Amino acid sequence: MLSIKNLHASVEGTPILKGINLEVNPGEVHAIMGPNGSGKSTLASVLAGREEYEVTEGAVSFKGIDLLELSPEERAREGVFLAFQYPVEIPGVSTTNFLRTAVNQVREHRGLEALDAVKFLSLMKEKMKLVEIDQKLLSRSLNEGFSGGEKKRNEIFQLAMLEPTLSILDETDSGLDIDALRIVANGVNQLKTANNATIVVTHYQRLLDYIVPDYVHVIFNGRIVKSGSKDLALELEEKGYDWIKEEVAGTVL
Amino acid sequence: MTISTKNSPKEAFLEAIANGLTPVKFTGIKDRAISLLKEEGLPSNKAEEYKYTQITKKLEGAISNFSEAAPAQLTAERVANEQIPGMDADVIVFNNGRFAPELSQWDQEDFRIAPLSLVAEEAEAKGFGKIAKLEKDPFTVLNTTMFQDGVFIEIPDGKVLKKPLVLLSFNQSVVGQTIFPRVFINVGKNAEITLIEKIISLDDEAYFLNDVTEITVAENSHLYYYKVQDQNRQAIEVSNFETDIHRSGTFTSAVISLQGGMIRNNLSLNLLDSNCEGNMYGLYLLNGKTHVDNHTNVDHIKPHSESNELYKGILADQSRGVFNGKIFVRQEAQKTNAYQQNSNILLSEDAILNTKPQLEIWADDVKCSHGCTAGQLDEEALFYLQARGIGKEKAKGLLLYAFAGQVLEHIKNDELRDYCTQQVAERLGSEF
Repeated sequence: MLSIKNLHASVEGTPILKGINLEVNPGEVHAIMGPNGSGKSTLASVLAGREEYEVTEGAVSFKGIDLLELSPEERAREGVFLAFQYPVEIPGVSTTNFLRTAVNQVREHRGLEALDAVKFLSLMKEKMKLVEIDQKLLSRSLNEGFSGGEKKRNEIFQLAMLEPTLSILDETDSGLDIDALRIVANGVNQLKTANNATIVVTHYQRLLDYIVPDYVHVIFNGRIVKSGSKDLALELEEKGYDWIKEEVAGTVL
Repeated sequence: MTISTKNSPKEAFLEAIANGLTPVKFTGIKDRAISLLKEEGLPSNKAEEYKYTQITKKLEGAISNFSEAAPAQLTAERVANEQIPGMDADVIVFNNGRFAPELSQWDQEDFRIAPLSLVAEEAEAKGFGKIAKLEKDPFTVLNTTMFQDGVFIEIPDGKVLKKPLVLLSFNQSVVGQTIFPRVFINVGKNAEITLIEKIISLDDEAYFLNDVTEITVAENSHLYYYKVQDQNRQAIEVSNFETDIHRSGTFTSAVISLQGGMIRNNLSLNLLDSNCEGNMYGLYLLNGKTHVDNHTNVDHIKPHSESNELYKGILADQSRGVFNGKIFVRQEAQKTNAYQQNSNILLSEDAILNTKPQLEIWADDVKCSHGCTAGQLDEEALFYLQARGIGKEKAKGLLLYAFAGQVLEHIKNDELRDYCTQQVAERLGSEF
């Protein structure tokens, strides 16, 4: 589904990603871990199409399409979803209005009829249960005055509404207490099917107790330096990232 | 009658007055105004109050005939087209500044209306000519010298108007003439009124609209005032709207500027006593070369009064926006709360914005704040919307619409709010 080959990207001339290779197939959950500043969030942003990041080398194909050629909205319509690390507050736009516009633009792209207000509302009610989000929250301005947990739940709620093929969760767990974490993970797990895939970008192993990955990759200095099963995450939790850094340093020597 | 344009606008206006009919009413105030016009003239390009909006220079270029425009051809159908959809209203029509009773429609139970000329003494006794002070603005002076007649409206004590009172102002001048509407409204005690003013151009020709509206709001009365300016791109307007609010009275306004050539709105609010409240909102959507200038003025005179002000602007192309917000808090006006905010989004590098808060506070126990912002669209917010599948243009529209919505939500009348919302959404290319 997703094939990343030798991806290099930089921000304002500074290289951040230095040759990422990754294959993601339908039904899989991939965890991407790594120390701060290793390039995890950059990878997530590049996949979603954030303009500040310049791809300098490599290729990304998604369902056979050259992803890097597409605008952020085209990627979203094709089925890429980025759950933001820092969801943006947008005063004056209610979550409901915003999502109705988004859902209908995505549906239009997929050749489906626009949902009318009634159908949209019933879809919303169904998905709200997944992340235990209150309707009152959704009629308020998007993320404005929301707590950290509410913002993250709102991200997963949007994920549920848009039904993407590839979900990228960028540090969705950071700042969440255990209850909020469970709710968010629960939502993600219920949305998992044999046809979609999830990339979980995280700094902490804790999230992976709830969203169990098929593969764990460690990014360090802009490259995936180690891949393994979910046990790798446990090892990282126990030993920290230093041994990886040493291993990498060793190979260079 | 054609007045030559070899002279300055001031000379041309004075010539028009000399050649016009000698008014038999309001002679006292008109004489004072004429001598003020002779002495002070119209604002020069150095005048502080008009330095960003050079009306006099604009008039020199655009107006070829300084006499008053005659009434235009106006049909009932045309009037009907400009009604706010779904609104049951008392409608008063102005045709080139003159009251057109034959095209107006109102419930006689609701208020009293009369041409100013027929009730001159009564109007002067009730404050006409004293609310919008001649010394304050040269265009109040000009209107006072030039107006031939106007309208007096009186809302009786205790009357709560269920229907909004809509003033439809139709303007057209075939040869770039001038239009001088004059309105005086006396709102009695314990009354409530929604006043909506819609300024319309009948064609695309230039004209100069110089209107003065004076309103007294008596004790414990409430005035909602909304103005929608949707004029042609040549139109020049200078309006002076001034109101005296008496004890426990409230005033809420929203001035929505959608289109015009050069517009200057002077909105002045005198909170004469304790427990008064004034809320002023404004939205200007500017493109092309449109120039809109909002000067507001709130005067807190006694203790315990409150004012809130929010003006927002979206500026595209080579448009220009000006905001100047004066707040006076007199020495006696302790415990005043006064807030002011002006926020702008500039969509083009060629758009110009001049914004200036002006606070004069003489009391020491008050809460006042002001702020102004000018910036581009929030790129992070734009990316967020795009990342959810919303196209870039649509996302921009949505963000701009949300920005504007924070003014529109203060329009209390549902039909008007819907109407303005739709107009704004169309302009910003987003529908909800």
